Amino acid sequence: MSSREQILANIKKNQPPVTPLPEITQLTTSGLREEKVSKFTSVLQAIGGQVVPADSWDAIAAYVSTQFPSPARTINLVQELAGHLPLAVLEKDPHQLESVTLALLKGHFAVAENGAVWITEARLGDRALPFICEHLALVVHADAIVSTLHDAYERIANEAPYEFGTFIAGPSKTADIEQSLVLGAHGAKTLTLFLLSGN
Amino acid sequence: MEATAEPKTKDHATLADTFNKDEARVDWHDKTLWFVRQKRDKAAWQIPDWEHLRETASQIKHNVLSNLHHYLTQFEKQAQQNGVTVHWAADAEDHNRIVHGIIQKTGITRVVKSKSMLTEECHLNDYLVAQGIDVVDTDLGERIVQLAGEPPSHIVLPCIHWKKEEIGQLFHKHLGTPEGNSDPQFLAAAARVHLRERFMTSPVAITGVNFAVAETGEIVVCTNEGNADLGVQLADVHIACMGIEKIIPQRKHLGVFLRLLARSATGQPITTYSSHFRKPRPGQQMHIVLVDNGRSERLGSEDFRNALKCIRCGACMNTCPVYRRSGGHSYHYAIAGPIGSILAPGLDMKKNADLPFASTLCGSCSNVCPVKIDIHDQLYKWRQVLAKNGYVSETKKTGMKGMAFVLSRPGLYRFSGAVGRWFSRYLPFTMNNSLNPWYKQREMPQAPKESFGEWYRKNKKRS
Amino acid sequence: MKVAIFIPCYVDQFYPQVGIATLQLLEKLGVEVYYPEKQTCCGQPMANSGFEDLATNCNNLFVENFSGYDYIVSPSGSCTLHIKDHLHVEKREAEAAHIRSHVLELTEFLTDVLKIDKLPARFPHKVGLHQSCHGQRGLHTSQMSELIAPGFSKPQHLLSLVQGLELIPLDRADECCGFGGTFCVGEEAVSVKMGKDRVADHLHHGAAYITGGDMSCLMHLEGILRRQHSATKVIHIAEILNAG
Repeated sequence: MSSREQILANIKKNQPPVTPLPEITQLTTSGLREEKVSKFTSVLQAIGGQVVPADSWDAIAAYVSTQFPSPARTINLVQELAGHLPLAVLEKDPHQLESVTLALLKGHFAVAENGAVWITEARLGDRALPFICEHLALVVHADAIVSTLHDAYERIANEAPYEFGTFIAGPSKTADIEQSLVLGAHGAKTLTLFLLSGN
Repeated sequence: MEATAEPKTKDHATLADTFNKDEARVDWHDKTLWFVRQKRDKAAWQIPDWEHLRETASQIKHNVLSNLHHYLTQFEKQAQQNGVTVHWAADAEDHNRIVHGIIQKTGITRVVKSKSMLTEECHLNDYLVAQGIDVVDTDLGERIVQLAGEPPSHIVLPCIHWKKEEIGQLFHKHLGTPEGNSDPQFLAAAARVHLRERFMTSPVAITGVNFAVAETGEIVVCTNEGNADLGVQLADVHIACMGIEKIIPQRKHLGVFLRLLARSATGQPITTYSSHFRKPRPGQQMHIVLVDNGRSERLGSEDFRNALKCIRCGACMNTCPVYRRSGGHSYHYAIAGPIGSILAPGLDMKKNADLPFASTLCGSCSNVCPVKIDIHDQLYKWRQVLAKNGYVSETKKTGMKGMAFVLSRPGLYRFSGAVGRWFSRYLPFTMNNSLNPWYKQREMPQAPKESFGEWYRKNKKRS
Repeated sequence: MKVAIFIPCYVDQFYPQVGIATLQLLEKLGVEVYYPEKQTCCGQPMANSGFEDLATNCNNLFVENFSGYDYIVSPSGSCTLHIKDHLHVEKREAEAAHIRSHVLELTEFLTDVLKIDKLPARFPHKVGLHQSCHGQRGLHTSQMSELIAPGFSKPQHLLSLVQGLELIPLDRADECCGFGGTFCVGEEAVSVKMGKDRVADHLHHGAAYITGGDMSCLMHLEGILRRQHSATKVIHIAEILNAG
């Protein structure tokens, strides 16, 4: 008998009578837009992210050019910013992205309770990009903040299927040395979150 | 690479005694972990329906255990449709062989691995190293203990027992950092450079799995450092290793578990990265190894199956007053603390017979557990199983028999009740000498003139 | 109401004053108290060591002693919890079941059955309350710091009724003292360290007395206090509630 058959036979023999799945809809919450924006902002700041409110795409572009002046290698994959920053065409080999200073990406939505932004390969260019770049900037519309992770998965269920998706909450970090928090472990050293209001 | 730690033969009490030789260090260890427990409390208080969330998570896991056959086959089918190769491993050896086989086919020897308690349980590193594979742990804490030739002492905080000065020394020796520099910021930056080179040159990445979704065939891996993602996205081959109990039914259930996991583990609202791997990246191979290693057997035990609900958050360790004062290595098993003490005897009763006794049964572990495992009740039940199977020392058994004999005979109890007589005969802690473990650091209770029973007969007895 | 008191073996042998205080306090509050004289032990030492089977005769004896009462009250959360969770006698299961559901730790009985809201007690000292795990987490005599739920504490409520008593705060309100039955000798190093840390917390906040509902924890803390030649003493909550 193969390991597979052996394991499955053992499980069949040993698993207890089926108990029902609990409802989780009652855990789903909503909230006012302002509450969600303020919660998201305070949580993301508390975990080391920088929140930059922006009322226009122009404001974002201006901020980027001041904070990350050339010759920094900036990869912009946000269509709406193409007028200011050329849309990047990525190399096939993700190792080439090691030299990226700033990656500028657009998240699908954000989660107020934990400061996380949901983004899938459709907007990543390359799956390695948000992890290998030195600095990461994400744009999220203030209308696109959900209250909790329950709401987040409801929203994901209604969006296009993904092959790879990730929640990113702040810059990469470690506290492995005596519980001292260090920002910038293996992934991006900083996270800038452009919170876009208006159109 | 240095040899990994020799197999431990000493029991928890002995190892804990050694750990306690340096009291200042015990205080430091205790306070560091208590700080994590406090962060957990603070995060949990942010969620008004926290207790309801725990109950929901526990019920979902119960459903998983009761329907595991279905979910595993569903997961396998979905994952295969996603272009993932699924492997089944009956035990640790099987798992190690499978992983090595996958690596061997690529013809390379450089491997990066992110944190996976399963691979610790299976001693994968030792196995791969013996086969000539150069495997590097990329989680900072794990890399530190790997350089030191030790196993992790905590499932979430692998080097929580190391002081920064010692890490500075270790990095000086292995990574060439300047001697005497022990600034965490500096050391973490040095590790980033050291490991970035490995990420750039390792075509195979091994990861653990936090959750596997039966409905979609995707797996979720959570890290703060980004090491799992960096490893996987730069590799040609991704091998994800998971225990069969990591399955959850539907994607929406991730909402429940991801809300609980990081808050319970470190007090963070969520880990920095929670990556959902559904299909391999174009041109990449993705393998998932489903490992049993005693789990399907455990499933059949009503008393102990709930231990399979564990999501490896480590909250039970941080809150455990014994763990905090004995250190993770005193548990001589891949998973330390209360949860390790109920998992380990299931794998090897003889070797781990001491662990269920390394507890006061205070119950704090069960209260912090995000999936409500009855940890302290299982510790009690393991004690019964161990005694029945002859894994409790004869001395203890004889003492207990003597006690039971006296305590079930009121006449004899009264007769030998003149203080200190039967107690000193059957309980070791009533002899005033240095061999008496009670007396070593504590005074004996002072003997009163008469027992309560004697007082009652003299003063209160209704005639 | 017919109430029997269960005075655990080590209290009987080493701390008779706790049994006396329990008895006097209950009588003072108008309870008709019985003391079945053939009582010995709840069987916990054997069971917690893995030898539940060896407790069979203790269980038989317990049912023999404590059948037929409205309540069984004990000045020990740990022994009470053991009876509540583990008392089984094959041939007298109905009686055992009645005992399991009617055995109460002293502060539970005072709070939940007698619903005490005043006491004639006076104890003008600084007191630290040690929450014994089996009483707190097992019997829920107080809210547990791990749970996200409203706070309450039965022993604290009772102590608040005592004239002159000043309850001190603690850094860790409900950490285990490390007694743990045979753990106290089997894991001597950790047990003592846990005890020392508990003692230090109480001393740091100026306790003149450490009180609690379990004499076993207090015996362990007392052993450490006396080794340190500390002026701080342990005292069972029954003695405080019966004082003055």
